[in-house]
Amino acid sequence: MLSMVARADGQNGRPERVGRAGWRQLGQLPDKGGWFIALRRMNLGTTPVARTALLEFEADMTTAGRHRLAMADVGGGLKLWRLALSLGWLDTRLRYRGSMLGPLWLTISTGVMVGALGVLYSALFGMDIRDYLPFLSLSLVLWAFLSSLVSEACTTFTESEAIIRSVRMPFFVFSIRTLVRNIIVLAHNVIVILIVFGIFAVWPNWNWLLIVPGLALWVADGLALTLLLGAFCARFRDIQPIVNSIMQIAFFLTPVIWKPEQLGTGAAKLPLNPFFDLMEIVRAPLLGHTPGVLVWIGAILFSLALWAVSWSLFIRARGRVAFWI
Amino acid sequence: MTSEASIDVEGISVFFPLYHGSSRSLKKMVVAAAAGRLAKDQQQRIVVQALRDIHLKLRSGDRLGLVGSNGAGKTTLLRVLAGIYEPVTGRMRVQGSLNALLDPSLGMNVELTGRENIRLRGLYNGLPSGLLSQLEDDVAEFAELGDFLDLPVRIYSAGMVVRLGFALATAIKPQILLMDEWFLAGDAAFLEKARHRLEAMVKGADILVLSSHQDEIVRHWCSRVLWLDQGEVRADGPAGEVLDAYLGREPASAAVE
Repeated sequence: MLSMVARADGQNGRPERVGRAGWRQLGQLPDKGGWFIALRRMNLGTTPVARTALLEFEADMTTAGRHRLAMADVGGGLKLWRLALSLGWLDTRLRYRGSMLGPLWLTISTGVMVGALGVLYSALFGMDIRDYLPFLSLSLVLWAFLSSLVSEACTTFTESEAIIRSVRMPFFVFSIRTLVRNIIVLAHNVIVILIVFGIFAVWPNWNWLLIVPGLALWVADGLALTLLLGAFCARFRDIQPIVNSIMQIAFFLTPVIWKPEQLGTGAAKLPLNPFFDLMEIVRAPLLGHTPGVLVWIGAILFSLALWAVSWSLFIRARGRVAFWI
Repeated sequence: MTSEASIDVEGISVFFPLYHGSSRSLKKMVVAAAAGRLAKDQQQRIVVQALRDIHLKLRSGDRLGLVGSNGAGKTTLLRVLAGIYEPVTGRMRVQGSLNALLDPSLGMNVELTGRENIRLRGLYNGLPSGLLSQLEDDVAEFAELGDFLDLPVRIYSAGMVVRLGFALATAIKPQILLMDEWFLAGDAAFLEKARHRLEAMVKGADILVLSSHQDEIVRHWCSRVLWLDQGEVRADGPAGEVLDAYLGREPASAAVE
């Protein structure tokens, strides 16, 4: 497979373009008669001038060439952060348009789930609810973010088919969009954690600062996942159900509703589970512990592996995604 | 806007993989590989060569028309020039701001309000926030939607959707204008104001690439015509000559400017 070299000049990353998001929903477009009537009421306006841009391609089958193109894509996507944020925000608003509480429905459903599971499992496990509920609220909210991000990563490119096929747009924009959308949902669910922590008097401490590097790693991994699964799912349409099944299994194998200590001696092997490492680097500091060195090593190694796999797939797939979707 | 617009295309080819049925399924591919049938499966993959070895050089002032039957590669070539499809061979260089009018619905999301659609379009085009409000004013004024601008496009009448779509599409002035035939469909029905606006954009553009089935439109707008046939250039030259050959007529001496 060949690929190309694209170069964009400094301030003007892309040529002007016209998108067509949502055209499927548009339904019947008026025929020529409709045009006639529709345009009767128009008047002339002034037009803003489009930015200049330069687009250069050269067939290049080398890994270095592909790498350069993919880097340009990521750079272009970062430059369009305003667009990516707007898309993510609009996605969230559209999902809840017409509902009175909007995304707060998420908060309520998460709250109910945490309350119900908390009472049930603290009894099942014979644990003190004052200790268990803060743990569970944190775990469930973080896991909900993780699993919905993985699931939605699969549709990163396919859901934007209309835009990709009508305008030149860095694919990284859609990665950021998927991530932003999930962060907005997470932000709403954080309210549940705050309420539970408030009820059980869990107060902030200096350990909380340790979540900053943890969350940074989450963002990096989230973007890698959207590139990997987005491209893979554009090519193979049966990946998403497979991914969802894997996440279901992972949910039970990872200490989300059960505590690592309950595993006894087996807990030493938990760092081999990438989901555990990633959960722990954010969860442990918030619960007042310091994540173990092994956990951090595991989290970093798994993240590096994820990025390596994602990047090697993305640089090959990037030029073909427009044909796949 | 100081730099001259130009398009240089050298030996570009585009292949379309046609995926159907089992080639879209990872499970079936894995099963096939396990059964030793993968090699055969890959050979069975149908690849359509949408464009073959296209060479094209356009400079400021050029007005190129693309003609050819359905599936000749006209829209694919427009998409390549717009940077959407990446060719597998050759090289290209497109200099200048570009606007591609390829699809009737023009990036509108019917769930969003008219105003949100306008801002989103501005963002797609990377306009700075100062220009966003200018774009909003311009489109709002042209489309004459009034208070409907803050309601979802879904509830607009068909006429309002067309007005908004047209106003959006013609709001940003490019150096290079790529236009699919759809946009000129019903050209005769265009009312003066709308046609003026479109003509102003076409005339303001340094380079026009227009794909159309209607030879009168190509004759009217274009000075040069590229005749595509099954992804290959069949003829390239002055509009009148190529069009006459395309339509199977006697070569006429009067080429329309």
